[in-house]
Amino acid sequence: MSVVTVTDLAKSYGTVKAVNGLSFTVEAGEVFALLGPNGAGKSTVVEILEGHRSRDSGEVAVLGRDPGSAGQEYRDRIGIVLQEAGIERELTVREALVHYGACYSRRRPVDEVLDLVGLTGLGDRRTHQLSGGQKRRVDLALGLIGDPEVLFLDEPTTGFDPSARRQSWEMIEGLKALGTTILLTSHYMDEVQVLADRVAVVVNGRIVAEGTPDELRGRADHETIIRFRFPEVDANSGPVMEMLGGLAGRTSLRNGVFEVCTEQPTTDLNLLTQWAIGHGGALEGLEATTPTLEDVYLEMIGDGHGEDVGQGGGDV
Amino acid sequence: MVMVKTSDRGAAMSERTPPSVMALLLRQINYQNRLFIRTPIAAFFTLVFPLIFLVLFGALFEGVDVAPGLEVDPAQFYAPGLAVFAAVSATYTNIGIGVTIYRDEGVLKRIRGTPLPRWVYMGGVVGSGVVVAVAGALIMLTVGFLLYGLEMEVRNALSAVVTFVVGVASFSLLGLALAAVAPSGQSAPALANATLLPVAFVSNVFISVRNNPPAWLDLVGDIFPLKAFADAFFSAFDPFEEASAYKPWLLLRIGVWGLAGALVAVGKFRWEPSTGAGREGGRRSRR
Repeated sequence: MSVVTVTDLAKSYGTVKAVNGLSFTVEAGEVFALLGPNGAGKSTVVEILEGHRSRDSGEVAVLGRDPGSAGQEYRDRIGIVLQEAGIERELTVREALVHYGACYSRRRPVDEVLDLVGLTGLGDRRTHQLSGGQKRRVDLALGLIGDPEVLFLDEPTTGFDPSARRQSWEMIEGLKALGTTILLTSHYMDEVQVLADRVAVVVNGRIVAEGTPDELRGRADHETIIRFRFPEVDANSGPVMEMLGGLAGRTSLRNGVFEVCTEQPTTDLNLLTQWAIGHGGALEGLEATTPTLEDVYLEMIGDGHGEDVGQGGGDV
Repeated sequence: MVMVKTSDRGAAMSERTPPSVMALLLRQINYQNRLFIRTPIAAFFTLVFPLIFLVLFGALFEGVDVAPGLEVDPAQFYAPGLAVFAAVSATYTNIGIGVTIYRDEGVLKRIRGTPLPRWVYMGGVVGSGVVVAVAGALIMLTVGFLLYGLEMEVRNALSAVVTFVVGVASFSLLGLALAAVAPSGQSAPALANATLLPVAFVSNVFISVRNNPPAWLDLVGDIFPLKAFADAFFSAFDPFEEASAYKPWLLLRIGVWGLAGALVAVGKFRWEPSTGAGREGGRRSRR
């Protein structure tokens, strides 16, 4: 059963197309991630699903309802963890959970929620005495208190230090065990790899790739990246350009490091090393690796390479 | 790793019983009261500040024969006005600033994501404003009765209460309207004071302008609802008042402003911080 269905969703702010014909579905009990850089349109999609932003066109259904016209009984069944929502500094954590919980027709026990988000024993602390990471846990706890059928998590770990991120991941994994359907947004590839069952990569309001984290990574299995520096050779010189143009892979230059992205690593390496020996130049820092998920993601969002070189002989 | 009991979800899934609206409203009023009590600066300005005025006025007017031929203490004239000022501080100023700050901090944004009906949130703000205003006015009047010889005829008590409730409910709605139009928690205190204080001086709150004031001053006072509130409330204490202490015409004028406030509040209310208003914005500059 699809809990969330989005078809051809579009939303513009003035002349900027924030969401531009986007479609996906989220199945019951699934953790689905919208992955993309800042400004890709992820938050706009989530706000439309929450019913807080109107859409220009397209169909949207969550739990069988259109969030755009659904009322309080819809909000009774969803949980929202926003990027920037404040907590009343005057309240203790427990008071906030009891107060917000009372708005729902069904709620999880406060102590259970405190345990779930790792705030055991901190229930009687005023929210303004909490650290940033602890406040984010309260955000999550408030999203869970109404025992939601769908949970929206907008960039749950942005601004966290690495250990706080890992703790948050554990928390969210714990939610998976509850069977809650989760839609999360993130701009961290490693995060969605750990958490998500399925991922849609969003760039400029469109989905450019969709699949399980392994499937997305698989796109790059057949490619190898060769990196090296030419310290003794002018990168702009004709012979270098000519040699690079003769490689099977695409070449780019970033911070003085050449990157060849190739499906024929053996041939290209051979050409490179022969040329280097023949011209008396060393290939400094030579390495050949398979792309990491980060490389795949950066390439998908169009940020994977420096300036293209060696093909067509453009300026470097 | 977080351990979660998954077994109780089945039981929890079974029923959804929406909370009753009345229970929610009472809960919201209680919640707003708690927020107020735990914001010392708001409690100070609302409850203590008007009391300081009362003590100062008591010292300034001590022994002044305000009503020749009558045994009347001066407090009879200024204490009811200061009680009205305390009540308007508790509602208009306090709500206008407080709600704006909660919006800046993203608290309203969070509330909007819950199933709490929006009018129940606003009802809680107004209800709590009335409670705090009653408390503030009661403190003022009690001190007036005990220390400054303030008197009220018992037959006027009910009219005083009715006038007071109409007044504070209207000024609570105007406070919500102020929150709706205030750009941020930083500008809300300035807006509240700039709109309240000048009007207060021509509205028989601090000083009485009842005896032959300049016509334009009278007119300015008549336009705004504060003078109607102060006069209607004062009539329950007025030693010269022969007629009924009920002033339906004045109550109507207050009520019309309250209604206008409600329309602005509902029409213009925003739940999201305006861009640029920081998460902690305004907290330090509450007044």
